[in-house]
Amino acid sequence: MACIGPQGELTESARKMLTALESPSSPEDVASRTSLPLFRVRAGLRELAEGELVTMINSLYTPTDRGRSLLA
Amino acid sequence: MSNQETNKIQDHNVSDAAPAASLPRLGMAAPAFEAVTTHGKIRLEDFRGTWVVLFSHPADFTPVCTTEFLAFAGIAAELRQRNVELLGLSIDSPTSHIAWVRNIKDKFGIDIPFPIIADSNKDVATLYGMVSPGESKTETSRCVFVIDPNGIVRAMIYYPLTTGRNTDEIIRLIDALQTTDKHGVATPANWKPGEKVIVPPPTTMEDVEARLKAGFECTDWYFCKKAL
Repeated sequence: MACIGPQGELTESARKMLTALESPSSPEDVASRTSLPLFRVRAGLRELAEGELVTMINSLYTPTDRGRSLLA
Repeated sequence: MSNQETNKIQDHNVSDAAPAASLPRLGMAAPAFEAVTTHGKIRLEDFRGTWVVLFSHPADFTPVCTTEFLAFAGIAAELRQRNVELLGLSIDSPTSHIAWVRNIKDKFGIDIPFPIIADSNKDVATLYGMVSPGESKTETSRCVFVIDPNGIVRAMIYYPLTTGRNTDEIIRLIDALQTTDKHGVATPANWKPGEKVIVPPPTTMEDVEARLKAGFECTDWYFCKKAL
């Protein structure tokens, strides 16, 4: 998915996914809101979690403060 | 970090040791992997809930493979309508894949919409038995693995380096497998959607009697068809 570019910026798909996390959401919810394939959303959310831009609680994803700041 | 390092299998259930050469079996779980692709790192488990057509090609920037990629791109939308995702693979680097995909767009005007695994160190190819040393020790054969939404290998196709695959057959195969799952039937030779299907052979005398009364089109007690 490559969610974060070489300068630390969000890629277009990462921005789409973070924007879609207006409330704690499952990968299926995010896929539905972004029209991205589910496999890409799962891979992307995992990468965003590794980059500490989202957290996962009870299988639902939420942006971290850092993730929100990159969206601004 | 080198491509070999970044492309290392990182499945959390498997050790970091190089995988032993193997061949998946029909009806068994497809070997798990995490791999670098043209769409970033992807795990097989990311496809859970969708069908996957995992296919390998010998090498980027080769003519038969290019015709195949054009053909696979041409059926990608039809497959997605069937809840199927394509996933390509060859023993090439991410850079090579990206350059080739861009070249296909430039020369043929076709976007390649599916990810391609850059299996530089042959980890996934080894797990899936995609290298046929009798043909080439450095390239993958033209393999197709159909994996169902539960991660089970449902079909395998192997073609030699010289012979491009028939993507109509791949769609036909998906239709047949999905029809089998939905209706509990088998499909005859050269079956296409809309044609009659095979009622599975009876396993008891009681089944035989019930079948003969069920109104199927039976040539004999073991050979019955029905319309869906």
